[in-house]
Amino acid sequence: MITTKLNRRSFVIGSTAVGAGLALGLKIPFGPSVVRAQDGSPEVNAWVVIRPDDTVVIRVARTEMGQGTLTGLAQMVAEELECDWSKVKTEYPTPGQSVKRKRVWGDFSTGGSRGIRDSHQYVREGGAAARMMLVQAAANQWNVPVGECSAANSVITHKPSGRTVTYGKVAEAAAKLTPPEKPALKDPKEWKLIGKSVKRLDTMDKLNGAHVFAADLKLPGMLNAAIKDCPVFGGKVKSYEAAKIQSMPGVKQVVPVGDSAVAVVAETWWQAKTALDQLPIVWDEGENAKVSSDTIAEMLRQGLDADQAFVGNRNGDVKAAIASAAKKVEAVYAYPFQNHAPMEPMNATAKYTPDRCEVWVPTQNGEAAFAATLAASGLSADKCEVYKINCGGGFGRRGAFHDYVTQAVLIAKQMPGTPVKLLWTREEDMLHGRYHPVMQCKLVGAFDSSNNLTALHMRLSGQSILSAVRPEALQDGKDPATFQGLNPSGDFAFGYSVPNLLIDHAMRNTHVPPGFWRGVNINQNAIFVECFMDEMANAVGQDPLEFRRKLMTKHPKHLAVLNAVADRAGWGKPAPKGVYRGLAQMMSFNSYVAACAEISVTDGGKKVKINRIVAATDCGYAVNPAQIERQVAGSFVYGLSGVFMQECTVKDGHIEQTNFNNYNSMRIAQMPKVESIIMPSGGFWGGVGEPTICVAAPAVLNAYFAATGKRIRTYPLKNHDITLV
Amino acid sequence: MARLTINGKTLDLNVDPSTPLLWAIREQAGLTGTKYGCGIAQCGACTVHLDGAAIRSCVMPVSAAEGKKITTIEGLANGSTLHKVQKAWLDNQVPQCGYCQSGIIMAVAALLREKPKPTDADIDAKITNICRCGTFQQVREAIHAAAKA
Repeated sequence: MITTKLNRRSFVIGSTAVGAGLALGLKIPFGPSVVRAQDGSPEVNAWVVIRPDDTVVIRVARTEMGQGTLTGLAQMVAEELECDWSKVKTEYPTPGQSVKRKRVWGDFSTGGSRGIRDSHQYVREGGAAARMMLVQAAANQWNVPVGECSAANSVITHKPSGRTVTYGKVAEAAAKLTPPEKPALKDPKEWKLIGKSVKRLDTMDKLNGAHVFAADLKLPGMLNAAIKDCPVFGGKVKSYEAAKIQSMPGVKQVVPVGDSAVAVVAETWWQAKTALDQLPIVWDEGENAKVSSDTIAEMLRQGLDADQAFVGNRNGDVKAAIASAAKKVEAVYAYPFQNHAPMEPMNATAKYTPDRCEVWVPTQNGEAAFAATLAASGLSADKCEVYKINCGGGFGRRGAFHDYVTQAVLIAKQMPGTPVKLLWTREEDMLHGRYHPVMQCKLVGAFDSSNNLTALHMRLSGQSILSAVRPEALQDGKDPATFQGLNPSGDFAFGYSVPNLLIDHAMRNTHVPPGFWRGVNINQNAIFVECFMDEMANAVGQDPLEFRRKLMTKHPKHLAVLNAVADRAGWGKPAPKGVYRGLAQMMSFNSYVAACAEISVTDGGKKVKINRIVAATDCGYAVNPAQIERQVAGSFVYGLSGVFMQECTVKDGHIEQTNFNNYNSMRIAQMPKVESIIMPSGGFWGGVGEPTICVAAPAVLNAYFAATGKRIRTYPLKNHDITLV
Repeated sequence: MARLTINGKTLDLNVDPSTPLLWAIREQAGLTGTKYGCGIAQCGACTVHLDGAAIRSCVMPVSAAEGKKITTIEGLANGSTLHKVQKAWLDNQVPQCGYCQSGIIMAVAALLREKPKPTDADIDAKITNICRCGTFQQVREAIHAAAKA
């Protein structure tokens, strides 16, 4: 049954080579011959397949990992296609087909909250072009002017005669037509489906066990592998004694994987894991075994006052303004390493022969998984294929990194012809993450004698993600992503005007591999900025909201979301007895977000109950408000788990936390009531999956200060014996 | 070998009796709706019913489940009629990635059998599964909806 599903996902291309030189689907590939899906149904264009029974299959290149992008992108195609939403199904194109068709579906990468904001234009154009071709085909069939025909709900009507035909009947003819060059799109005012909280397309199978995640995959003749990589990053395998486990039940082979890992391949995964646990392995841990959390923290501390730093945002003369200040406020914050810990551990299934390598994988970026497959197999693109299988969460772990794909292929290469599924234990996942970067921050605020903020210096010291992951994206050594939410303008613009401002970064990289963790650098940047805003307001005896408002007059969209949460929460009016409030705002991934948290504390501040968080999002256009609400509330679980509970510490070069018993995550009892205000102001496209994550933590920390008078500047809060209840 | 009764079917499985029930369900019985998340009974993704009670199958050996009635997510619905928890989950659009949902649904179904009208405090005490997507707000709403159904 699973095999059938996989076959349906893949599709074949018709005999004629499809159009060349096409850019990101803006022109839809078309020759005179029809491109067909696996079941023989015609592709109207790369985005839309219509079956004779009127089923509409919409192709989605981005990955659904829980965030709802599959449904949202299908809504956008369907809006322009004017099809019957109840007949819509989706499928993933494969990376191999994308290569053959010159990236007709555009970028597969699903991270940076760009599923919709970066592909809205071409997916809508794909839908519009398909509709125009279907209508043209009907007009041709009736021999009437196309202008007399219109389409709605998968039915084409010829107005003067009242004749109608469904999409399924003309799809074959439509598929032979030349696609329009630049299909016109609807004015947002005309949208019927975009902006509606339609139900997700992928829910039912998640309720009955039928949804096949990659970890669930079964292939004929498949074996299972468990792996151990050197716990110290950069270390190697010195030796292992395969003979000790070779005769254990089910064990087929013990194989080296690169120079740093060993895998056991067995009939079942439990047998592989059981044998691996018994395998004596000696590691060559190397120099990194000397590194600890303390040595890393000390390296970062030195960066706080270092002379050299990359400048991310500067105006005026901060040094002079601070030197002449009537009053100064100073604070140092620190944010830890954190693991993504998606519920489904890393895994990939690979089958290798000298002429073909296939990989089945949960990935946020099919193309990157494909590149990893090529590199590990040593085969050319026409001999490789990657099938994207459902992801049990991603959060950034499965996008830029395909270490598990590389491993799976390296294992499969040692057993040609046999499909091998590699599944990591949770422990392996904890030890071999791509961690939220570690960062310290020193902030200095300067005031004149009238308590006006005259200068702000924000010095970041810590790890750069891009220098490890994408060094070609560095700008003269600077990692621009470090300044997310702190930039002078753009998708991550700072929301305050300060007469003298300097935000700079002393890059201090560690041997712990960094990665893009949901929200990326806004998690720490929002805490640093928004908590320090409250610290400065407090230092001059001003209300945190009024203090911010004075600095935000030139940032109306930032201010609008902040005002929205303040109004809804009743900021300025007395809170219920024992309830304390805190605010935060940020712009990131081109969306404006703010939160007002209401908390109570007991046990001298040791126990925190978050009663409510009011959250506002202006993402420009809101495609599916119900899904946005779920992303907002869900992101708070991820972000608050981080600030209260999660830290990956380093001892002797390896991560100390091994599983959810020492790397905890929020439970339902700790979940605050989240009230979302979705306030799309139009005219731009902002992200949704990540932006709001960053405002929950500072809003709660500011409320904690309001409640206790204590300012906590190092995280997670568990290190201060503060628990979320 | 072990004889297990899963979703009303008695199966003779070629499995070491010390194997965790989770892996016998997934690998020998071939029912993959029950998930591996941690292997140490922390996350609850592996929750199934043993004689009607919710248990975490990743730490229970197969030998302890012999002779008992095991129900997995695949056996929760009555034929094509969804269990009221599944129905409430569909109506409230609870799942995001869905990986933890089998375990949560099974835990909630057991809770509702024990307490047909659970309070928020009952939910907090009994539903301790991890969901990294953070579906808890909808989980709570859906539990109350199922209790009213």
